[in-house]
Amino acid sequence: MDKSEKIAFTLSGMLLILFFGGIVYAAIVEDIDVPTCITNMEPFESDTLFQTGPDSYELQMVARMWSFQPSVVTLPVGSTVDLYVTSQDIIHGFKIERKNVNLMAVPGAINYMRVTFNEPGEYLFACHEFCGAAHHTMAGRIIIEPEMTEGP
Amino acid sequence: MNSDTFRFSKSIKNLNSLLLILPMVLLFIGIYGGLMQTMFRAGIIQSDPFVGGDYYKGLTFHGVLNAIVFTTFFAVALGNALIPYSLKKHLNSKIAWTSGIMMLVGSVMAAVVILLGEATVLYTFYPPLKAHPLFYIGLTLLVVGSWLASYNWVPMYLQWRKENVGKKTPLAVVGMMTTFIIWFIATLAVAAEILFMLLPWSMGLVDEVNVMLARTLFWFFGHPLVYFWLLPAYVMYYSFMPKIAGGKLYSDMAGRLVFMMFIVFSIPVGTHHQYMDPAIGAEWKLLHGIFTFGVALPSLITAFTLAASLEYAGKKRGGKGLFGWMRKLPYFEKEKWFFAYLILGLFIFIFGGIGGIINASYQMNTAVHNTAWVPGHFHLTVAGPVLLAFLGGSLYLIGQFMHKEIRCKGWALISPYVYTVGLFIMSYGLKIGGLKGMPRRTNTGASYANPDSILYQQDWIFYIDLSVIGGVLMFIGIIMYLVSFFGTVFSKSSSTEEGAVITFPISEPYHDEPAKWLRNFKPYIIIAIILIVLSYTPVILDVLEATYGGSLPYSPNSPVPLR
Repeated sequence: MDKSEKIAFTLSGMLLILFFGGIVYAAIVEDIDVPTCITNMEPFESDTLFQTGPDSYELQMVARMWSFQPSVVTLPVGSTVDLYVTSQDIIHGFKIERKNVNLMAVPGAINYMRVTFNEPGEYLFACHEFCGAAHHTMAGRIIIEPEMTEGP
Repeated sequence: MNSDTFRFSKSIKNLNSLLLILPMVLLFIGIYGGLMQTMFRAGIIQSDPFVGGDYYKGLTFHGVLNAIVFTTFFAVALGNALIPYSLKKHLNSKIAWTSGIMMLVGSVMAAVVILLGEATVLYTFYPPLKAHPLFYIGLTLLVVGSWLASYNWVPMYLQWRKENVGKKTPLAVVGMMTTFIIWFIATLAVAAEILFMLLPWSMGLVDEVNVMLARTLFWFFGHPLVYFWLLPAYVMYYSFMPKIAGGKLYSDMAGRLVFMMFIVFSIPVGTHHQYMDPAIGAEWKLLHGIFTFGVALPSLITAFTLAASLEYAGKKRGGKGLFGWMRKLPYFEKEKWFFAYLILGLFIFIFGGIGGIINASYQMNTAVHNTAWVPGHFHLTVAGPVLLAFLGGSLYLIGQFMHKEIRCKGWALISPYVYTVGLFIMSYGLKIGGLKGMPRRTNTGASYANPDSILYQQDWIFYIDLSVIGGVLMFIGIIMYLVSFFGTVFSKSSSTEEGAVITFPISEPYHDEPAKWLRNFKPYIIIAIILIVLSYTPVILDVLEATYGGSLPYSPNSPVPLR
């Protein structure tokens, strides 16, 4: 093996190790992870949203041909949501724009991700897995309302 | 007959010509589907003007015909040509014909049910969407036919090894055998998915199917499939390109190392397509991610080796200085039209490779998974280097097997340039659109790109329009190619030969080391099996533990199950 070949091989290996370092950094320092296997959740067939703390909520979302239930969720700014997603029929996909939430909704399994909304505004979520003839109409919105003054 | 040529029998000559011509017709149907996809997405059409049906039917035949049918046929035809040629041994023509007929019947069967609208399940055919049973049977015939073709090569290879103790197996043979070793291991999973789960379920013999398990088996196959596409292109890059450019292969050992690394790392990586799935532990997803970085390494080595080979060629042709050799390569030489297909593919693959590493990078996948970024990416791999190398290879092979001079060489030479420009425009549109949140596999023209819809997304429109422009250019590029291909097929042959005398531009090595540790597949296959068991056992156990209930079959047209 000649010298330039050795250098090229070493640099290639180092480049990949560097990228891997980026993954470790994102996981540990930035606390960004991918969904994992959960077994402690009872299967659910209808959607629910309830408050679990001062700024925290649990949302159980159901995807079906061709809508998300709920399709509009309104929450105050600063909310942290424990989001559970499943499907009632075939495979769907769920991604919230501008957020690190991207989940496959698969029948017979529950997917989970925690997400915090610090910016008020509207967040589109569109089904991103082919789910039949009206797949392109399957979408919804999360509306994050700005801080409200306490009314009487 | 000198050692650079090999005489094929008439029967194999006819078979290989058929294996090249029929898929070209199917490829045309698929590419027509691709053009229509860009129009659907932009809202220019609402139903297919020629074959009827919606966006999703078109998407299904585009994916199945281009990515599965065309690629499998070409890989088999290339092996059927290169292995006898390199080993100077004849194929068993009965086995070769049986394999060819199975593949032809299977592909036509699958194509017909898709075109009839009975299998609108896309090329990933995820349950519980159900296709007509003939769709699954057709795909099975195609895969089993391709297995049979490769079984034909094994005794030839073993016999050659026995007769040539101590000699290196020709690199092209190592590459083709690697391709089919990976293909065989990977397709076992999808064969299990189809034969034990989907087919009995689609025929009504079984009521329910475990969707996550089927999906996981699909991706066991789905990622190595990428290398099944890529490796025949690598064979042509390593074996043909340096010679056509007027140089030598910089390092023979690097080529052999690359192929062995692909055997080891191609398969235990499939879960990186399932980073966003439920029911699989994140730690196992990370393990598959690490192995995916392992499989990036041989491609980086390839980038170096091929660039070094081209530098050698360019300098031999009079190129001076650090970069001067780049200007001396035969980009626009009519007689060396094949070079354009290979070099453009390599150039595209720089971007395809970077995109692949991004996708494989664990959390970063969150930003791109199932967005339009993904088709933007894989068109820079399978519809870039793979397609161009396969088109160039098909034209070269058909000229050789039918003993005809290539017609319309100018068209054949310009075609990949037009195509490449179109491809970059289309992929840019899809990728940036994807980063803005545009989903893949979605008929945006009927909702997100329709100003009358409440879902209208104005900031996606520019990128959707770009993909139309790119798509049109790609289509024109392919039409130019097909003029040359079919012009050649239907031209008169000057030959009166019974069989076909074939030659290939096989490169000599510049550095040629003995590399004794890279001469046997066995240890690498064993390591691969160990890695597969280690990486997939916990994944399958997670899936079985975390899923509940089974799924009844659905049609894409109704939210009510079919039974």
